[in-house]
Amino acid sequence: MADEALFLLMHNEMVAGLYRAAEQGEGENGRCTTKLESMGFRVGQGLIERFTKDTARFKDELDIMKFICKDFWTAVFKKQIDNLRTNHQGIYVLQDNKFRLLTQMSAGKQYLEHAPKYLAFTCGLIRGGLSNLGIKSIVTAEVSSMPACK
Amino acid sequence: MSRPPGRKQEYHKISRELFVLTYGALVAQLCKDYEKDEDVNTCLDRMGYGIGVRLIDDFLARSSVKKCRSYSETADVIAQVAFKMYLGVTPSVSCSSAAGNEFSLILDKNPLVDFVEELPAERASLCYCNLLCGVIRGALEMVHLAAEVTFLQDRLKGDAVTEIGITFLRKAEDRKHKRN
Repeated sequence: MADEALFLLMHNEMVAGLYRAAEQGEGENGRCTTKLESMGFRVGQGLIERFTKDTARFKDELDIMKFICKDFWTAVFKKQIDNLRTNHQGIYVLQDNKFRLLTQMSAGKQYLEHAPKYLAFTCGLIRGGLSNLGIKSIVTAEVSSMPACK
Repeated sequence: MSRPPGRKQEYHKISRELFVLTYGALVAQLCKDYEKDEDVNTCLDRMGYGIGVRLIDDFLARSSVKKCRSYSETADVIAQVAFKMYLGVTPSVSCSSAAGNEFSLILDKNPLVDFVEELPAERASLCYCNLLCGVIRGALEMVHLAAEVTFLQDRLKGDAVTEIGITFLRKAEDRKHKRN
């Protein structure tokens, strides 16, 4: 989809641009990730509002997570989450085996140390979406082998 | 799972909204980081350039446009094919110089500002869509056409339409630099 290419490229530029600015300025990696995450948060809030305008009310937390895995993920990344696990006590693990933002980067362990930068925005996206649906959350990401991530 | 009809349309819309919202968040973050408008504009232009040099590959792969033989053809392709493909709008093209190397793309509807009402007072000289200029400049450079791209009119600043001016700087080197 043409839109996807545009978003992918812009996302990569954003990450690169922010880190480049940080290198020239005060140079603190943590702040860049925070900035990206907060950008994702804002976008997630807006996006989920527009997306759930006409959908029915969610029954419970699990319902919301399923919505995120299926509809939301499909709308944003054109595919569903491959695996959703939970311990029924508030912790959910979403696994995507071919994360769109990482497929172009590598298919294995190369560049693994750079992967977290590219996941910060998406973490914020999920956190923003959940926050507007009434759930306070902490979202973290883990990449063990590109392009799969949790 | 039964889906309501028209879901695909919705996804398409969401995709575009994601891009527009992300762009807005990006500009907001840049405004927070840089105090001067010119710095924000430069940053957006540079990012756009980086996107443009990669986007041109994607564009040429998706569309089957033939080699453009003149600047006006190039401007037409940008307006009618590229803009349509990526932003869903078709600006109108007009040539604004006798020499035939200055063109304007006039956008009635700019999807990037869908969620923007107005620029804040202290950011009066911010070129909100400067990314577009960078993208066009980067893409043209990758096909060996040097150009200067700027905003001539901006709806956000009170003008009637949004107008992007493209000025081609050198003659198109199509004979010498044949792609192999």
